[in-house]
Amino acid sequence: MHFPILTSLIALPIVGALVLLFVPNDDHSDGTVRAVALVVSLLVFAETLLLWYHFNAASADFQFTERHEWIPAFGVSYFIGIDGISLLLVVLTAFLTPIALLGSWESVHKRTKAFAIFVLLLESTMLGVFVSLDLFLFYVFWDAMLIPMYFLIGIWGYERRVYAAVKFLLYTMAGSVLMLLAILGLAYMHSVATGTYSFDLLKLYEMSIPPRTQVWFFLAFALAFAIKIPLFPFHTWLPDAHVEAPTAGSVILAGVMLKMGTYGLVRFAFPLFPAAAQLFAPILATLAVVGIIYGALVAMVQLDMKKLVAYSSVSHLGFVVLGICAMNMQGVQGAVYQMLSHGITTGGLFLMVGMLSDRRHTRLISEYGGLKKVMPHLVAAFLIVTLASIGLPGLNGFVGEFLILLGAFRWNPKMAAFAATGVILSATYMLWMFQRVNYGPVTNEKNARLVDLRPREWFVIVPIIALAILMGVLPNIFLKPMGPSIQRMLNQIQQGSAPVHIEARVTSSEPRATK
Amino acid sequence: MIASMNAVVPMACVAAAGIAAMIAEAFTAPGEKMPIAPLGVIGLIGAALACVALWGHNASSFGVVSADNFGLFVTGILIVVGLLSLAISAPAIEREGLPRGEYYALMLFALAGMILMATATDLLVIFLALEVMSIAVYVLTGIRRSSAIGNEAAFKYFLLGAFASAFFLYGIAFTFGVTGSTHLDRIGSVIAAQALSPQPMTMIALGLLLVGFAFKVSAVPFHMWTPDAYEGAPSSVTGFMSTGVKAAAFAAFVRVLLSAFSPLQASWSAVLWPIAAATMIVGTVVGVAQTNVKRMLAYSSIGHGGYLLLALISGNDLGKGAVLFYLLTYALTNLGAFGVIVLLEDHDRPNDKISDYAGLWNDHPALAALMTIFLLSLGGFPPMAGFIAKWYVFSAAIKAGYTGLAIIGVLTSVISVFFYLRIVVMMYMTPSGESMARFPAVPKLAGAAIILAALAIFYLGILPTRVLDLAAASISTIF
Repeated sequence: MHFPILTSLIALPIVGALVLLFVPNDDHSDGTVRAVALVVSLLVFAETLLLWYHFNAASADFQFTERHEWIPAFGVSYFIGIDGISLLLVVLTAFLTPIALLGSWESVHKRTKAFAIFVLLLESTMLGVFVSLDLFLFYVFWDAMLIPMYFLIGIWGYERRVYAAVKFLLYTMAGSVLMLLAILGLAYMHSVATGTYSFDLLKLYEMSIPPRTQVWFFLAFALAFAIKIPLFPFHTWLPDAHVEAPTAGSVILAGVMLKMGTYGLVRFAFPLFPAAAQLFAPILATLAVVGIIYGALVAMVQLDMKKLVAYSSVSHLGFVVLGICAMNMQGVQGAVYQMLSHGITTGGLFLMVGMLSDRRHTRLISEYGGLKKVMPHLVAAFLIVTLASIGLPGLNGFVGEFLILLGAFRWNPKMAAFAATGVILSATYMLWMFQRVNYGPVTNEKNARLVDLRPREWFVIVPIIALAILMGVLPNIFLKPMGPSIQRMLNQIQQGSAPVHIEARVTSSEPRATK
Repeated sequence: MIASMNAVVPMACVAAAGIAAMIAEAFTAPGEKMPIAPLGVIGLIGAALACVALWGHNASSFGVVSADNFGLFVTGILIVVGLLSLAISAPAIEREGLPRGEYYALMLFALAGMILMATATDLLVIFLALEVMSIAVYVLTGIRRSSAIGNEAAFKYFLLGAFASAFFLYGIAFTFGVTGSTHLDRIGSVIAAQALSPQPMTMIALGLLLVGFAFKVSAVPFHMWTPDAYEGAPSSVTGFMSTGVKAAAFAAFVRVLLSAFSPLQASWSAVLWPIAAATMIVGTVVGVAQTNVKRMLAYSSIGHGGYLLLALISGNDLGKGAVLFYLLTYALTNLGAFGVIVLLEDHDRPNDKISDYAGLWNDHPALAALMTIFLLSLGGFPPMAGFIAKWYVFSAAIKAGYTGLAIIGVLTSVISVFFYLRIVVMMYMTPSGESMARFPAVPKLAGAAIILAALAIFYLGILPTRVLDLAAASISTIF
């Protein structure tokens, strides 16, 4: 296939944003702006479906690859491609962007044009992160992504938006700059070994890195990803960012951006540094399990629905990390599946909360109660999304958690046992919240005359529910393309970490170059 | 004989434009407005053409000025600095009522000094160039005669600058005492001969020269003058000196350390290591506490000096190329930012508090967007040029094994993002307090120059290959 489909995926939202730049900036143009943004994002989604259709699920290789020299002197190339792991994340990104746009159709009143531009730029950089196979390119997208998100939170967020936006950006950046140094270190090692610099992931995969150096590099990468995921105890930016972000921001943040951390572990940290990964997997998994339980417990006591969903993300992402650390087929497959399914359900939950707060301008659980009588359709949708988040069999959340626990049990039964309590806890906090919001008598006068789902909201929530059911009933559609790529990644880790002895004493890893 | 003058042609073009500006001013009747800035533009374009013609020829004049590719690349940066500075000066002169002839003449003489400094290969000529540049810049700093803060700035800058010049001159004297020459090549060969057991005198000479340079590039602990001078000078001058002086001083710094004193690299890099670390840390950490945009950018400029020192210490090919690329990026970015500051200044009020930027997005969306681009580039975000520049510097540091400094570098650049973002927060996320029309209209020429700078920043950030190769090529011929 000669058409550069992945490049066109990245470029299309940017083109859309440029077009929007020339739409006159007044109140009457809001409709045009929204329509253009929505059409562009739907086109991108359609293109990703095409991508999926043409994707060869039996192959473990990277497909649709494009490679162009970019900065030849430093071995930087524009090298992109997807495999079974990134394919579905790309589809997820493209799926959630139009939904996020549509979901904030009415809650964003000021500066609609700039809002749409930032959402499209964000989509483009997120897609870039998932398709980059050159570490330099990856880092460029990874860092550039922060800018539109920063503006989305800071301009269209709730009361403490500025604080949340700055905290989000600085936290993420602080984590990623050390990764930049590690990337430079890798390229330098490649130049020592072969004479040329390279940031090409496939070439770096083949490089053998001394275990002590691996430890340092792995830590730098893992820190960047742990903050992004966010792994306990690096999660403190997340509740702020989530709560203050506008609905579209929360949907994209929870639905896609958190996955970049776990994706980074699967794509970069583990296969590049297999020996260090073996060494640190138990520690990461322990943090993940702590996060599962901690996130669930903290979610339970939240008064604010958005905060509750935010902490539930900490808990659910803990499962993903646990699955990756198990480093077996079920664990990693479950982890990738859970990434997708968490994107759908948490996106859905944030949309539901957004719909409620659009109507009542509050997110406090205590302000609601008895909504079932007032808005039966909305509550029904809310229920399905809630159950999906809990992991009810037949819905998407179940498959991922089940596979992860299976994989974790094969690796370390104790971890799996502790993690399993998270499943119970999540049922507790989600159902309790659901009960307080939707059942019982209508205690608050203001809730008595709320409007049920509007046509636009049907369009937002139906695809989410449909996908949640589809992923729960027919998981194989989604699991099949992942299999070979995950197997290849696992083989890579096993070969790379063939018994290496890591000295307890870790000293400076590189000799100082002499002139 | 004529051919041997080739190497000074770029400098001569700019100096001639300066003289022309002076004469033009002298023959202008009071009240008559004469276009003086175009003279400077003509001179700079002449210099640029001369650079293109001289490229790759390694021309040398009088044995003390060498138009090698390194010098020419820096000259190119200085020409960019000059053009942008001239473009943003016009509105500032207009508003502040500055004497236009003196202003342009001094700016062009300063540029001539800078170009000479970048191409000189003899310590005495470097000193001469340094003084030509410095004296012109001292006067420019204090050109608002009625402004107390401007006078204070100029006086401080002058006193400390003169002090540093004395150190530098003393260093030259010691160097001459040890090596019997002031020419960099001969100094280099003498020092190389005694490299295994360097004399104490050599070390003293080196130390004195380092102090002189450290002052000019405002490295910690010789940075005290910077915030005051930057705040007190008219904004267009601040933009000019924060980029031009830095570029010229770093060019000479690199040349002296990496040619004449390269045998002693172990010694000077050991001294510069803590200086670079302190410069990066002080520049960013103190920058966080500033409430005045110009002071904040002064500390940011100190911090950027630290990254340049890091590249210099690395001392490898990557490091030398990184210095050049970084200087170019920094010149475009910082002058762009100062251009926006100039355009926002008003007759009655300087509008240079960070809080003055509140709600700029509503009043001047284009200026706010441009300022954001410049600030994000200073902070090192892709896809702006600042990212590539920092990446280049850190690659050099990693290659040379200075992992510790590189870690300090990336962490301080995160801190610096915090204060750059404070302005962005003001512009985009804070409601404007006052009426819409409080900012003056944007002059077309200055606006166009700033937009060009922003486009150049994107160009260098997205397609840096050509300029990176040029930078790499310009250091391969010397050192």
